[in-house]
Amino acid sequence: MTLTTEDGITSRSAEDAVIRRPLGGRLSDTLKSQAMQIVLVWLGIVVVFSVLSPGAFLDIANFRNTAISMSILAILGVGTTFIIITGGIDLSMGSVLVFSGVMASLVVQGTGDGQGWGAAIAGILAALLSGLVWGLINGFLVAKAKVPPMIVTLGTFVAALGLAQVLTGGIDMRAAPDVLVDSVGFGSLFGVPSLVIIAGVVVIIGIVLLNYTRFGLRTSAVGSNAEACRRVGINVDRQLIKVYAFAGLLAGLAGVLNLSFFRSTTIAGHSLTNLDVIAGVVIGGTSLFGGIGTVFGTLVGLAIPATLRNGFVILGVEPYWQQVVVGAFLVAAVYVDQTRRAANAGGSSGQSLLARVFPRKRKSQEKESKK
Amino acid sequence: MTTPIYEARGIVRSFGAVHALRGANFDVYPGEISALVGDNGAGKSTLVRILAGADQPNEGQILYNGEPIHLSTPTDARRRGIETVFQDLALANHLNPIQNMYLGREVMKPGLLGKLGFMERSLMREQGKAAFEDLGATVRNFTGPVTAMSGGQRQAIAVARAAAWASEVIFFDEPTAALGVVQTKGVMDLIRRIRDKGVAVVLISHSMPQVLDVADRVHVLRHGQRVAVMESSKTNVEELVGAMTGALDGKEAA
Repeated sequence: MTLTTEDGITSRSAEDAVIRRPLGGRLSDTLKSQAMQIVLVWLGIVVVFSVLSPGAFLDIANFRNTAISMSILAILGVGTTFIIITGGIDLSMGSVLVFSGVMASLVVQGTGDGQGWGAAIAGILAALLSGLVWGLINGFLVAKAKVPPMIVTLGTFVAALGLAQVLTGGIDMRAAPDVLVDSVGFGSLFGVPSLVIIAGVVVIIGIVLLNYTRFGLRTSAVGSNAEACRRVGINVDRQLIKVYAFAGLLAGLAGVLNLSFFRSTTIAGHSLTNLDVIAGVVIGGTSLFGGIGTVFGTLVGLAIPATLRNGFVILGVEPYWQQVVVGAFLVAAVYVDQTRRAANAGGSSGQSLLARVFPRKRKSQEKESKK
Repeated sequence: MTTPIYEARGIVRSFGAVHALRGANFDVYPGEISALVGDNGAGKSTLVRILAGADQPNEGQILYNGEPIHLSTPTDARRRGIETVFQDLALANHLNPIQNMYLGREVMKPGLLGKLGFMERSLMREQGKAAFEDLGATVRNFTGPVTAMSGGQRQAIAVARAAAWASEVIFFDEPTAALGVVQTKGVMDLIRRIRDKGVAVVLISHSMPQVLDVADRVHVLRHGQRVAVMESSKTNVEELVGAMTGALDGKEAA
């Protein structure tokens, strides 16, 4: 082990230099590879179900149904990914969805016969505005009042649902314009359901926003080191409010889709939606400690429970088993994230998920990279 | 000499009953390394925070290029080309070196795309790499998060980031406190290169040999006042320690 002084600052020792360089390339793709590993897990699940029940599982109609069941969760997942990257959490999105659906339905009911595109657009705007307002409330309380995000969004989770019940008397509303139900709820374009298309657009917008824009960069930066952001003149509070408002807006959009698909405000149907979404985000590799996360990972993290539920139904396994398996996945995902953080804090490099699960394999990889 | 690029006159700063600064003076010239030394509690950090815009004095004047200025935020200081590297580095650990360099100063695409928030990522990558290389701060991995890098390399990134934006003055708050021998030498070389570019460098350090080695002038603070300014070529560790502890009282300078 020789000390090199040519550039002094960068190389602790010759050994350092040798290890760091080859691992560096792999490190650069930590996030991507994290998402790719989840994709492999998902593909593994798909292969198992395909082998066990090739006829029913590998059916286009079946995949379409799975995709529809995921689309509303995916839209909520995009917003929640951004929030969790800031180091926050959102428990309120299921209730905000319901509240936005109720507002849309109320506005639609208030416009004459409640049919046609005029009523539909008024309803959509009402839902988006409702979601945005709830998001702003969350963001303001988190950023300015400094109340912990878990408490703020637990409060709005209960309050938004309560207000929705006050407005409806606790009875589901069914006012939705036919044009909206036919085009969005059950419509399709080239055989792809509208819900899936809309969710796909939102996911792509989320990916672009997170990776290519200043908004995305600052979201990661705030979650990584808020104090560093303040020092370089970033308005951290405003960034947080923007992120929560963005997530609220998406919950409003999800409210519109929910209303047009179920033709009901489904007041009692979203009490656990927040847990499904957060589980998907975390399984997808977004760190609850902030700073790290991908929208694509969230999509795959949501696909795993959806596929499991679907496959178990086809195989005739009690669907309750799906909950058990998803629970195990969630804990495993957080364990992997913890290990990764510990490894990074020690100045070591991020290892692949498989390498962390099987330590013996990790050693052999390290040897390889030393060569 | 000409006018100091940055000067503090009679700075007073109290926190309740604690008088951190009692009329402290300070000045630094372009292309010069000025060291700021003093015992714990002498007021070094408070003075630097004030000169970096992170804190406001109760009394006293700050002169920039001979003109009195008022700094209400660190951004006010940065806008004038005054940068500070604090001990905690203030890097966003999950971002890569380039993203850290441009954090808060992102280069946006022109026209509509820029208004939508899109950044000039390739331009920042090219210019950022050039800025690191310009200082000889060899960063091996521009795309990985800085959290996985060694302490020395993180320090180099923080220094290079400040140097890339500091056109006039740069403050280093104990930049080598957490570093080993080799990395310390690397940081000192970086600091010299920054000075050679004509920037005024202010170094806060507890290491007297280091200060005498790298600085052109040494300012000694004691009890919230500057008690001595010495040319490092004409002084020694004993004299500096004497001034710091008060053994050489009566040598009050400017």
